[in-house]
Amino acid sequence: MDKVWNNRAWFMVLPVLILVAFNAVVPLMTVVNYSVQDTFGDNIFFFEGARWFRDVVDSDRFHAAFGRQLLFSATILAIELPLGVAIALTMPRGGFWASLCLVLMALPLLIPWNVVGAMWNIFALPDIGLLGYGLNYLGIRYNFTNQIGAAWFTVILMDVWHWTSLVVLLAYAGLRSIDDAYYRAAQIDGASRWAVFRFIQLPKMKRVLTIAVLLRFMDSFMVYTEPFVLTGGGPGNATTFLSIDLVKAALGEFNLGIAAAMSIIYFLMTLLVSWLFYTLMTRGEEQ
Amino acid sequence: MARIELDGIRHAYLPDPKADSDWALKELNMQWRDGGAYALLGPSGCGKTTLLNIASGLIRPTLGRIRFDDRDVTDVGAEARNIAQVFQFPVVYDTMTVRDNLAFPLRNRGVAEAEIAKRVGETLTMLDLNGLASRKARRLTADQKQKISLGRGMVRADVAAILFDEPLTVIDPLMKWELRSQLKLLHRRFGHTMIYVTHDQTEALTFADTVVVMFEGEVVQTGTPEELFERPKHTFVGYFIGSPGMNVLPVAIDGGAVRLGKHKLAISPVKTGNLTGKLELGIRPEYVRFDPNGLPIRIASVEDIGRRKIVRGRIDGNDIVLIARENEEIPASARVAFERGRAGLYADSWRIETKG
Amino acid sequence: MKRGRWLIPTLYIVFLMLPIYWLLNMSFKTTNEILGGFSWFPRDFTTASYVKIFTDPTWYSGYINSITYVAINTVISVSFALPAAYAFSRYRFLGDKHLFFWLLTNRMAPPAVFALPFLQLYSAMGLFDTHLAVALAHCLFNIPLAVWILEGFMSGVPKEIDETAYIDGYSFPRFFTRIFMPLIASGIGVTAFFCFMFSWVEMLLAKSLTSVAAKPIAAVMTRTASTAGYELGLLAAAGVLTIIPGAIVIWFVRNYIAKGFALGRV
Repeated sequence: MDKVWNNRAWFMVLPVLILVAFNAVVPLMTVVNYSVQDTFGDNIFFFEGARWFRDVVDSDRFHAAFGRQLLFSATILAIELPLGVAIALTMPRGGFWASLCLVLMALPLLIPWNVVGAMWNIFALPDIGLLGYGLNYLGIRYNFTNQIGAAWFTVILMDVWHWTSLVVLLAYAGLRSIDDAYYRAAQIDGASRWAVFRFIQLPKMKRVLTIAVLLRFMDSFMVYTEPFVLTGGGPGNATTFLSIDLVKAALGEFNLGIAAAMSIIYFLMTLLVSWLFYTLMTRGEEQ
Repeated sequence: MARIELDGIRHAYLPDPKADSDWALKELNMQWRDGGAYALLGPSGCGKTTLLNIASGLIRPTLGRIRFDDRDVTDVGAEARNIAQVFQFPVVYDTMTVRDNLAFPLRNRGVAEAEIAKRVGETLTMLDLNGLASRKARRLTADQKQKISLGRGMVRADVAAILFDEPLTVIDPLMKWELRSQLKLLHRRFGHTMIYVTHDQTEALTFADTVVVMFEGEVVQTGTPEELFERPKHTFVGYFIGSPGMNVLPVAIDGGAVRLGKHKLAISPVKTGNLTGKLELGIRPEYVRFDPNGLPIRIASVEDIGRRKIVRGRIDGNDIVLIARENEEIPASARVAFERGRAGLYADSWRIETKG
Repeated sequence: MKRGRWLIPTLYIVFLMLPIYWLLNMSFKTTNEILGGFSWFPRDFTTASYVKIFTDPTWYSGYINSITYVAINTVISVSFALPAAYAFSRYRFLGDKHLFFWLLTNRMAPPAVFALPFLQLYSAMGLFDTHLAVALAHCLFNIPLAVWILEGFMSGVPKEIDETAYIDGYSFPRFFTRIFMPLIASGIGVTAFFCFMFSWVEMLLAKSLTSVAAKPIAAVMTRTASTAGYELGLLAAAGVLTIIPGAIVIWFVRNYIAKGFALGRV
């Protein structure tokens, strides 16, 4: 669209700017404040410089949480993306069944995150949960409350259960936008099913898949509630991801300096990825 | 190349067609000879795209059989019929180069690489695409992409027919003209059987040897562009072809001759017998002339479009259009006459034989 | 592949429904039966858990609180976002691209980073433990999302419509409400749906900013889990009831779900 240059448009944007800035800038200033100060209590602060940042970057605890976070995000991406695309490919093109599928698949997305965690908690309990009981019945020794492997397995399975539908819905929308003529031309050209996927469907889904990758990476990078409710971060520290660690430090231990420094680093990482996201998206649109 | 025969084709999109209006294609019998250039011309919804898709194998007709060179292909799918189709908007494989796009149909059929290189090279030359061979298909203009679509059809040496479904829809006017000329040239040189669907009469009349005019699921007339212009069999053909279209004036039979309003004309039907239904006279604006001894006309407007003038008027309350030459003077109280032998008589919209 | 195509989505949906079914199952059992052993169906079918939730104010007020702040948030987000999205869609202005990017970064903001600062900020404003606090806090990520989605839909409406309206003598407010908004009605619906979704499911901020008066159902449930010592039946019933609003909302927008995701701006 040909946009007209009009600086008075700022008035229309002002309410949004004020509200979001209020929510974003003010708290961040507080965080920045805390990240470079220390206190002995009684609300007396003194400047500490980059000490907290150095502490965080040097700390094993941070490295461990970061490492776990990366492993988690990588794993769920590797599962949810191909799985979501595969399901979208096999869904009916339209009509009643398609609607029904979409409604049922969207359901996990609208369950409050703590309920997801609680639901999977109940579901995976070794003696009384369907999954827990089932696995143990099959002879696998499974207890997510005290086995690291089992805890990771459950956390990942829960995330796959929770969010694959997002990928399915995005991929499905992308597939539906492909005009029928492409499939007919491929039929006339004698293309195999795999060739149709590789040369028609996959390229045309590139935009939605980029969005899916980035959204899932971002959201998994910030994940807090579901694993926290499911395992509490345990057993021990086994499933303590970045957000969980941060909240523990900030609200649990009230170690404001460290928590603030961690927040800044965390936030900068998400900013970097957002910038990547935005650049890829707008470049794609300009084409 | 192949000869295509359509035998008793009827098609309905609904599963249980009852009324006449449920059928997208009413009874059709047609033969397209090997190497011919045919245009299926008609307004939107007349069934021409349906007919094309039946010919290509993308749709299976509800009733009737199709034969390619005496081989019944009604139940055979599109890929096995060995046809090529060019769609309304360019369909190319974005991630492949132009060369790979053209090679794609041959690779899928297991042709040897050496043979593929040869055929692709020939096709690139045919379509004047040699400079773009290594470019990614995504970055081409619309007309270049359509050429690639066409090329994917022509690259197969044994292609039975090439079907076009309004291929110039998204091409801008200058390139439309160029592509049209190139298509005609290609047909003359290589003699593929080409079937071209369009709602644009210029495209149809310039491209095809034989034009099939369709209306509401039926073939109204088949013939050369000249036949369609001079002797339209149906008032719809007269109206649709030519710009402006044919004049259609209501008339009556009076003592064996045709009467327009109060005036008798020098034209009469051969069989005056069972003439029932609406009677109309069809005369093209090109064949209406100013004549001091003719029928009086009240002129409503004159459009000067450069080389001609389009004069609109009324004879006894019936609208009529005529074409005057550039410098011709329009008389104040005008009279017009119809050129001998150019008018047609239509009963219930279908032409009947006349003399005079 | 064609024959067994329906198998894959079916298996997936079965997989999705299993934990929900299990939750339903649990919600109709007594805690004793749950802890006693494993069974596919309740042996002693009971609706005691549901009765407790509907009669105990601590419980049902949790739902009311949640729905309240979600509704407030949706209204605020959509109404603030409408003019902003219009500006982004129709005009270029100083710093517009940077502003849009900055808005986007807030969609990606980790709630964990904001939990403590929000607590301090909203307490300082005297808004701690109010519905408004949670609704406003959720605006952090919902408004950028709303602007983004609405801008996508608005860009689909040609500018000529605006110009025609002005020529016909419409003032801007009248044009916006009478002509423009009906044209993007489905876009507003999709936006409201996503605002509802992300506000309804978020727990960390909602919990941090409330204690008693505006306590969301999420907090009620987690409190029960830790203090009352594993009243699983009750928890399960509460969980089931939180799924229902989501299901209702999906049902109403089912025709637009595909279109909303097609914009690819979720």
